[in-house]
Amino acid sequence: MTVRFRVGDTVKVSDLGKAGHVRTPFYVRGKVGEIIQFCGCFLNPENLAVGNAAGPVIPLYRVSFRQKDLWPHYEGPPDDKVLIEIYDHWLTAAPAITSEQV
Amino acid sequence: MSHADVHHHDRAHTHHADEALVTEDEAGNLEAQIIINALQNLLVAKNLLAPEEVTQEIERLEAPGAHLGAHIVARAWSDPAYKARLLENGKSAAAELGIKVGEAQLIVVENSAAVHNLVCCTLCSCYPRSILGQPPSWYISKAYRARAVREPRAVLAEFGLLLPDEVELRVHDSTADMRYLVLPERPTGSESMDMSQLAELVTRDCMIGVAKVVPVAAPRN
Repeated sequence: MTVRFRVGDTVKVSDLGKAGHVRTPFYVRGKVGEIIQFCGCFLNPENLAVGNAAGPVIPLYRVSFRQKDLWPHYEGPPDDKVLIEIYDHWLTAAPAITSEQV
Repeated sequence: MSHADVHHHDRAHTHHADEALVTEDEAGNLEAQIIINALQNLLVAKNLLAPEEVTQEIERLEAPGAHLGAHIVARAWSDPAYKARLLENGKSAAAELGIKVGEAQLIVVENSAAVHNLVCCTLCSCYPRSILGQPPSWYISKAYRARAVREPRAVLAEFGLLLPDEVELRVHDSTADMRYLVLPERPTGSESMDMSQLAELVTRDCMIGVAKVVPVAAPRN
């Protein structure tokens, strides 16, 4: 499967509305972050959870979010971040974050 | 730990049913334990499982502990070239010391005067078990899992760690296949220590990121 994103790319986490074992927490859905690492390709947990370990493997990335983009009332300094792993199919390309959104 | 955990944790993508572990009946029996005991008795009776196999598996799971992570940290403090390899690839650097990381990859995140790292798993209880052993109960509590990403500075303060605003806080949520180890700052006063002395300074909590390694007091003359 194609590795669609590179380090530094801005991405948005989709809200695929899937139930079950998806491993994409609700608190990052719809949020915009930055790719900081490509982790390799791994089996999709949505398949593994129902006993399908046959594949295919899919790209996994580490994505960095500014706390203030996740929690509007975050009280810490603006540089604080959450870094989290997201599987490829939950991500779409997004315009770079502008200073107005900070 | 209960036998229920044995099978849960071997499957990296199975959610940890931690709620079940605290469901006790009026006699104080744990529901999950009763089910597991019944299953084990049945498997033993049918010669599908030997009791020694269960014991061996528990021993295998409980053998790793924070001493392994501390050994890795002490080596990184003592050897800059090793530290560079560790930050590049935690799994292969651990293997250099004879420490087998069972997880897909170990990502080592370094604390400094400017950056502090904290590890959690909001979804369940993902934790670098092969180098830190089993996670503490607070790590798998719903309170820690929810608050570590939302108000991490308040959580750290409750652990006694007051992080200045100038320090960037990075919270790593272990949601998938990677596992994380915090490389703490080497404390002042430890300059003349050898690796085994250094390793004794490194606690589990420092490697999760809820504490810092305490400075070493100067010896009194």
